[in-house]
Amino acid sequence: MSYEPKIVGFLCNWCSYTGADLAGTSRMKYPSNIRILRVMCSGRVDPTFVLKAFREGADAVLICGCHPGDCHYHEGNYKCLRRYHVLKKYIEQMGIDPKRLRLEWVSASEGKQFAALVEEYTQQIRELGPCAVKEELDKGEKKKETVDADLAKTA
Amino acid sequence: MTEEKKKIKMAVYWGAACGGCCVSVLDVHESLFTVVEHADLVFWPIALDTKYADVEAMEDKSIDLTLFNGAVRNSENEHMAHVLRKKSKVLVAYGSCAHMGGIPGLANLSSKKEVFRRAYHDSESTVNPDKIEPQTVTEVKEGTLTLPEFYEEVKTLDQVTDVDYYLPGCPPNTARLVEVFLAVVTGAELPPSGSVVGASDKPLCDECKREKSDNKKVKKFYRPWEVQDDYKTCLLEQGIVCMGPATRSGCGARCIEGNGPCRGCYGPTKDVVDPGAKMMSAIATMIDSNDEEEIKKIVESVVDPAGTFYRVSVPGSIIRRKVS
Repeated sequence: MSYEPKIVGFLCNWCSYTGADLAGTSRMKYPSNIRILRVMCSGRVDPTFVLKAFREGADAVLICGCHPGDCHYHEGNYKCLRRYHVLKKYIEQMGIDPKRLRLEWVSASEGKQFAALVEEYTQQIRELGPCAVKEELDKGEKKKETVDADLAKTA
Repeated sequence: MTEEKKKIKMAVYWGAACGGCCVSVLDVHESLFTVVEHADLVFWPIALDTKYADVEAMEDKSIDLTLFNGAVRNSENEHMAHVLRKKSKVLVAYGSCAHMGGIPGLANLSSKKEVFRRAYHDSESTVNPDKIEPQTVTEVKEGTLTLPEFYEEVKTLDQVTDVDYYLPGCPPNTARLVEVFLAVVTGAELPPSGSVVGASDKPLCDECKREKSDNKKVKKFYRPWEVQDDYKTCLLEQGIVCMGPATRSGCGARCIEGNGPCRGCYGPTKDVVDPGAKMMSAIATMIDSNDEEEIKKIVESVVDPAGTFYRVSVPGSIIRRKVS
């Protein structure tokens, strides 16, 4: 089977999730590669969430929030924008292609744009290939057998 | 006074460490006599000549308290972690390296290959025309020579064995060690296994004496040598990255007392999974701009996010090493 990327999407409740919902209720098609998580605000997206998504096997993370000036909480999306740029710099240092993290503004009326965005981003990540984080980090996990084998040598 | 007093058995071991943690144990100064009065030190490579084989020959669970400092860099460190776990009732990850990987953990930003290349080939003081690298097994005519295996990545103690308590710090504050030691000696009820001991749940800002306001807005981040500190205002407000908001207190704010920013050696506050993520979050909130281009420029002034926010915690973080 050909490679299909897993994309984790964090969508704000007020604009982007409603936008994605509009895409759904309007019966627009977009790839099922995206797994959407609804958060109350893009400003709620803690960098920990993004790192955890990569650690658990996401090939990319897409954050969507209200357009600048439209945030339900006034400036949550600006906080998200700032975190996004700090995070991008950090993940690049850790060997993760910064293209694997993306922030886009999607309003509640932009169902069509959301579907097109997911279509385009999925294609981009498909071309980029799988993210190595999970596979590489899983290799180094603690294993009980190795402890027993090591201690058996001294018994 | 020949009355037999029941002494506890104690061990101190170092993995990939600088020796500072062992010195912090010695920093109890005259109280060392009190320590020796209550405890027999059965294993302490920096001070005693007990061999590994002697430890391996001890009965299981015969050591009451083991302070394991240093990270796990090679198979020797890991082996001793397994042995000491088996021989100890209470195993404490002592200091930042055992707790989160510490300064040696910064090596996780390079691969083993890159570390070897730098250490055995490229460094300015190295002359190695035959391109020799250490081997775990070398056959010579007198027999077989072995060396521990250098791992692909630096690990924390709890990544190779089960740990009872974490006593953070680089090095831990000696007063905190004495408190923990006395708790074990007096048989006081110990906190649940897995707890961080010898530190508070509150962030360092709580302990810091500098003047703080709510106006934490920054147009550019500076490295400490780039600005003249006014010696009284919160370092973050002066644009210097200080890990205080995302770090446990307990150290007595000793770096800030010395007018240096907090490096985060006491680790994240309670229930925080990733040590640097909260700091990234906090720093981002302080950036004084809503304009994307300006934000990018301000972020550029944080020169090395991985090395700054995860200075002592790369192996203990979610993305615990650089992936290729």
